[in-house]
Amino acid sequence: MTTYFTKDHEWIRIDGDLATVGITDYAQSQLGDVVYCELPEVGATLTKGGEAAVVESVKAASDVFSPVSGVVQEVNAALTDEPAKINEAPESDGWFFKIVLSDSGELAELFDEAAYKAFVEAL
Amino acid sequence: MAMNTQGRPTAPTTPETSAPETFTGNRALQIEEALLFEIGRNDVTGVDFDDPAPFTERLGKHARKSSIDLPGLSEPEAMRHYVRLSQKNYSIDSGLYPLGSCTMKHNPRINEKMARLPGLGDIHPLQPLSTVQGAVELMAELGRWLLEMTGMTSVALSPKAGAHGELCGMMAIKAAVRAKGENRNIVLVPESAHGTNPATAAAIGFKVVTVPARPDGTVDPEAVKALLSPEVAAIMLTNPNTCGLFERDVVEIAAAVHAAGAFFYCDGANFNAIVGKAKVGELGVDAMHINLHKTFSTPHGGGGPGAGPVVFSERLSAFAPLPFIRVEADGPVLVENESELQAGETPFGRMVAFHGQMGMFVRALSYMLSHGADGLQQASEDAVLNANYVRAGLRDLMSQPSGDRTCMHEVLFDDTFLDGTGVTTLDFAKAMIDEGYHPMTMYFPLVVHGAMLIEPTESESKASLDLFVATLRDLVMKAKSGDVERFHQAPLYAPRRRLDETRAARSPKLKWEKPEPWSEAAE
Repeated sequence: MTTYFTKDHEWIRIDGDLATVGITDYAQSQLGDVVYCELPEVGATLTKGGEAAVVESVKAASDVFSPVSGVVQEVNAALTDEPAKINEAPESDGWFFKIVLSDSGELAELFDEAAYKAFVEAL
Repeated sequence: MAMNTQGRPTAPTTPETSAPETFTGNRALQIEEALLFEIGRNDVTGVDFDDPAPFTERLGKHARKSSIDLPGLSEPEAMRHYVRLSQKNYSIDSGLYPLGSCTMKHNPRINEKMARLPGLGDIHPLQPLSTVQGAVELMAELGRWLLEMTGMTSVALSPKAGAHGELCGMMAIKAAVRAKGENRNIVLVPESAHGTNPATAAAIGFKVVTVPARPDGTVDPEAVKALLSPEVAAIMLTNPNTCGLFERDVVEIAAAVHAAGAFFYCDGANFNAIVGKAKVGELGVDAMHINLHKTFSTPHGGGGPGAGPVVFSERLSAFAPLPFIRVEADGPVLVENESELQAGETPFGRMVAFHGQMGMFVRALSYMLSHGADGLQQASEDAVLNANYVRAGLRDLMSQPSGDRTCMHEVLFDDTFLDGTGVTTLDFAKAMIDEGYHPMTMYFPLVVHGAMLIEPTESESKASLDLFVATLRDLVMKAKSGDVERFHQAPLYAPRRRLDETRAARSPKLKWEKPEPWSEAAE
């Protein structure tokens, strides 16, 4: 499984045609304590760079964008009751949704782990 | 995802308490007041009603079977309850209230006296118009002053607040765009805007596109031009902007917007800095709301009525909503219904049931007339002077995001001066509470890290500003000298200490619930 990152601080982990999406540890640290999150509908068609979810911390509300185009297959419903998971384990238990990729070619435009790390360090 | 770049910490700290507990939980004059539901009883009332005369019960199965448990208090108990609650308030009547962009200025008492005149205070919206001609004339006079000060063509007095005024202005713009047979659906909003601007545009179906700010927080006309297209309906710009700076390129921006066939909405939240100095109509603005509670000293908030009149340029006047005042040869007429419209009047609809908040109209006009044209101009000048006095008093200790330059009615600091101290903007603001001040606006505008936006208003004397500046200087010195604990624990002297904002947001208790034993006993 390969993980890619966006400049908007989402991660996407690829497993064949299916990918899991969440926000990065850097993103959760900048947001502060997350108090609410709104997930996409299962079956929704997302486009790369389009709004996929909303995450709200004590002070800021932010959009989460889809790193790729595709159809939502599953959402992490546990986040609705326990948004704190996004802070505690952003890159594992705090995943947002799983999406079936419609164009794996889009992945070529994303950061790999080293490139994302360098990107964050430069911020 | 979009980022929280404000640097606001959200993790709670747990302060240690040092003062000994009292038996009552009260701390001298800080009374621990229980909720009304906790102190009220079913068998007590402050009012004696006679038992009703014999009547026939016709409610049938709808008759109430159990008590609704409304709490009852005797008159002295009710009085104490609300006085104690009111004592927990901080208001402009208790001290300096430097909330940037909110314009917490003194509310002159003559306004209150005027609003209570029976001919203005005791009238009803459903009274025949012939019996309230004085009130209609007052509204016409208020509108005339607003148009004179803004250089605009028409005014809608009915919107109930600033954001409602934004909605009114943007709905007029939408109507004007559609009347031209166009389908433009993009609204440009600068990064530094009040959050209500993009919210308003989105609420009526526009797509919001963000205009990036220049390093000093102002809007670059080139950035606007690059975003203009036949799809753009309007730009929403605040001037002076939320960084306390006058948008110097506003005329160029307006010309570009108009050339692209779009409209220019101005957020008038900061109009108080330019009254008598600049007419927004001459800057190219097509619509602007005016917060009467900011610029014209009507009371803020408290759940009370607000008023956010909107002024329109000639390009939008035809679309101003009902009701409006038409000045005819023998006096002003309140046009309330579509059947009364004349040629060229094509209102987009109406915002409210009646004409707006009469009480606020009276207070605002009272402020205008008691100041006069010269007094209003001086109020603007003094507001700007006071903000710059604060800036000059703090510039060597605190950091400004775009260097030390003359500001308008509010001065903006960032948190660079706190770097390495372990103190954040939030801690600094909490420490101000211990010093007896309401904190300034913090973490806004979003384009500045750890923003502290201070608006002293023209109400403050030099002595008041000197004490405020000295207090902030003292706090900065304490932060820099490593006295960090006092900041992390602040507020130490407030009725409640540092609040856990995360828990409040994650598991809010929005409704009072009966304690267990009580509910069991009732069943």
